[in-house]
Amino acid sequence: MKKILCLALFLSLLPLTAYSAIDAYVFPNDEMRNRYNGLIDELRCPQCLNTNLAGSDAMVARDLRREVHRLVVEGKSDDEVREFMLARYGDFILYDPQLKKETLILWFGPLVLLLLALFIAYNVVRKKIKHEMSTEEEARLKKLTESL
Amino acid sequence: MKPTLLIPLVAFLLLVVILAGGFQLKDPHILPTVLINQPFPEFELASLHGEETLTKQDLIGEIALVNVWATWCPNCLVEHPELMRISQKENIPIYGINYNDDPVKARKWLRRYKDPFKKVIVDDKGRLGIDLGVYGAPETFLIDDEGVIQFKHIGIVDRELWTNTLMPLIDQLKRVKMKKADLSSKIDIQS
Repeated sequence: MKKILCLALFLSLLPLTAYSAIDAYVFPNDEMRNRYNGLIDELRCPQCLNTNLAGSDAMVARDLRREVHRLVVEGKSDDEVREFMLARYGDFILYDPQLKKETLILWFGPLVLLLLALFIAYNVVRKKIKHEMSTEEEARLKKLTESL
Repeated sequence: MKPTLLIPLVAFLLLVVILAGGFQLKDPHILPTVLINQPFPEFELASLHGEETLTKQDLIGEIALVNVWATWCPNCLVEHPELMRISQKENIPIYGINYNDDPVKARKWLRRYKDPFKKVIVDDKGRLGIDLGVYGAPETFLIDDEGVIQFKHIGIVDRELWTNTLMPLIDQLKRVKMKKADLSSKIDIQS
């Protein structure tokens, strides 16, 4: 019982994605509808700092959803839609940034920091072990135990 | 002193540098624009005044400002006196893009507060706005005489922006243009 309660509490704390936009767009098929939904989910609203196109009520988000719909129905691929947005709004519009010179630090910065942390941790631990095991101390300890 | 003792200090200084970059007093709402040095996008939209259809060709020919505005935008009213001053005193044409707005309201607004624009493009669907990477209003573009976007400003145009940024840029563009004309006339003479 307690476990179930805990689980329920945990689940209630999980963040849910909120969708505020209700646009009545018509799609010729479900594949296009799914791609549209995927795209407005992954593109970022330029006016809002941290909302995707799907979740924003901003005027520009509404216009951009309309453009995504138009491009998808015109038969453009997902990458073509991303390029369209990128050419107009820059890297900001992509929540999933492309790998290029300007975004190298974004992609590999955390990895470098992790390696640095591991390196430091390794050295600290090694020094401690060395310290504990130093032969001088062992000899002293032996001496002390012998003198007892 | 052991060199390892310096590690926290170095780490701290590194952190200071990184955070200074991240927490500069700049508005995170302002996106860097990717349209500098790009040609002004093609369009075919109605004029706010009269029956004519406006295209990119209407904006080309001289150095000009293109101002994205709307009646629902309070900051457009704030910058309006400066646009009036530029249009009257500075000999630089300003074209308006009436962005996501009602043309009837827009005409009324211009009658009430006066019209600083040489021509006003009706972009009631925000299509041209998207091609320009616009995400709000006001936004102002500086284009050269060939219609290439030279500068974009997000937010209010005030005297400070004019004096410190727009005017120097315009002067520079004029100098480059004069040099080019000078050079080509010299080539003409030589040939």
